[in-house]
Amino acid sequence: MQEFLDFTLGGISFGMIYAAIGLSLVLIWRATRVLNYAQGGMAMFTAYVALMVINHTGNYWAGFVCALAAGVVLGAVCERVVRPSQGKPPMNAVIVTIGLLILLEGLAGIFYGGQFRSFPPAFSEVGLKVGGTPLGVSRNDVFVAVAVLAGALALAVLFRYTPAGLRLRATAFSPAVSRLLGIRVGRMLTLGWALAGLFGALAGVLVSPSTFLYPNSMDSIFVLGFTAAVIGGLDSPLGAVLGGLVLGVVLNYAGGYLGSSLVPVFGLAALALVLLLRPSGLLGATTSRQV
Amino acid sequence: MTLLRHLAVAIVVAAIVVVLSITLNQFRDFQIAEVAVYVTAVAGLSVLIGLSGQISIGHGAFMAIGAYATALLLMHLAWPLAGVLAASAAIAAVAGLVLGVAAARLRGPYLAGVTLMLAVALPALAFRYPGVFGGDQGLSVNINTPAFLGSTFPLTRWQAWVASAAALITLVLLANLARSRVGRSWRAVRDNEIAAALSGLNVARLRVLAFVISAACAGLAGGLLGITTTLVSPGSFTITLSIALLTGAVLGGLGTLPGAVWGSLVIVLVPTYVTDVATSHGQTTTVAANIPVAAYGVVLIAVMLLFPDGIQGALRRLFGSAYNVRKPAYNARKKVPE
Repeated sequence: MQEFLDFTLGGISFGMIYAAIGLSLVLIWRATRVLNYAQGGMAMFTAYVALMVINHTGNYWAGFVCALAAGVVLGAVCERVVRPSQGKPPMNAVIVTIGLLILLEGLAGIFYGGQFRSFPPAFSEVGLKVGGTPLGVSRNDVFVAVAVLAGALALAVLFRYTPAGLRLRATAFSPAVSRLLGIRVGRMLTLGWALAGLFGALAGVLVSPSTFLYPNSMDSIFVLGFTAAVIGGLDSPLGAVLGGLVLGVVLNYAGGYLGSSLVPVFGLAALALVLLLRPSGLLGATTSRQV
Repeated sequence: MTLLRHLAVAIVVAAIVVVLSITLNQFRDFQIAEVAVYVTAVAGLSVLIGLSGQISIGHGAFMAIGAYATALLLMHLAWPLAGVLAASAAIAAVAGLVLGVAAARLRGPYLAGVTLMLAVALPALAFRYPGVFGGDQGLSVNINTPAFLGSTFPLTRWQAWVASAAALITLVLLANLARSRVGRSWRAVRDNEIAAALSGLNVARLRVLAFVISAACAGLAGGLLGITTTLVSPGSFTITLSIALLTGAVLGGLGTLPGAVWGSLVIVLVPTYVTDVATSHGQTTTVAANIPVAAYGVVLIAVMLLFPDGIQGALRRLFGSAYNVRKPAYNARKKVPE
């Protein structure tokens, strides 16, 4: 029972990181119908920015804020690179984002070298206790979950209650009509990518203490974040958070009870099971199929 | 007539490969084999994406299946090489059948997600069952030059010949398939599923068939990779491999077989070439090791932005008037606003 609780809470903490990556993918997918394979690379690069700032200033939070800012800028820049491939065959944008990923990993190798670097956590990683019984999660794990949830909540508020959010939703719904109504569609796309960059950076900073930081460090996290987004339904931000939670908990059970070598197999099984029942994910739109 | 033309082209290319493999050194022979391996897999993937309109980001998984099948068959059964390779392709085809049926309802990014996860999950099984698959170390592939070529015949040249022969046979078969009834039906399904179904085509069966054929190609390529590198280990079948295959298919031009050759040449030769340039300019090792990576990324972006229909599409536009003016496949497609 104790074990079960540990695995569940640990899974939730890791699941929130997948959720953050998933959210960033959903943001871009909704706005531009592009799957951003560079998301992991962007997160990795911003984590390096954070590490450099932390090493220079000795202040974790300065690095944290710089990483988020770098994520916004990087997201906006990447959008400008990807934009010319819009309206071309759909696979072109995919390859452009893969090119961006490879470019970012190469640049990280050139600037920072390929060695594994340790990344400081925001808070203590010593396990918390309630009345003498250990919970299997640390203060830092709680911070990870709270940070992503707060970010997701802020995003929901932005989308629902602000003029910019309304414009973003309109652009995702119908770019042509939005343009006729006077919305600067290009600017909205850049904003969407910038927001996605922000969530990617958040995921990168939050996960790096447990994975170490190196140019490929986000590859597997990206795959699982993508899986989370697909499980949740690529059109639904709430689905991404839900998918991240499901995936994080399932994988933590698999790793905890059955050994780490089977974790990817269970990831595939969870994904296959969800998609067999709901081919567009848990909360995805089920109706529209392109004819 | 078409069959004869495809055969003639294949024989000419085979002659060129033989001459090249004899005149060039052993490292170049290895590169020829490597290109042939990629051509085999990329051609299958290009047919899957370009003709049948389904995406796979996990074709490395089928290569892994073919490679492990080849290694195990060569180890435990004394079959001739051609038989082993054919069996490996068949085993991968069965895996493709399973995936094709399971994924029949999935579209676009959802299919991409499943195939990507498959490519991550499958090599993990090698760690789980080290007794059969050799774990992290992998399995070694025992291959020798056949006796009739003489004892001085270099192994790398033989490997290049085997891989190139298999690649050419695959290309000829795929070229004929693409121009057959099946190929036309795939295009119909890709361009308009409902219209194709109303015309009496069995959409589900055609989509699964594309997966089966493309998986067989990847399985064959995996077997060839095992023979070329004489080692089959989980480290050879990472997501990077799957992404390289996808990249090759799109760079070359989706749905075109010459495009598969151009794409494979790019993904094999560009990284090696840039590394040579970087080291010869006396860059430090860290920088020299990473400049090719960054440059490769730039090449991918540049090719996609400059030649939206891939290399073959660009060549067609350049020389198109001379022989075969066909519109790039995607122009015919109705643009659906989201």
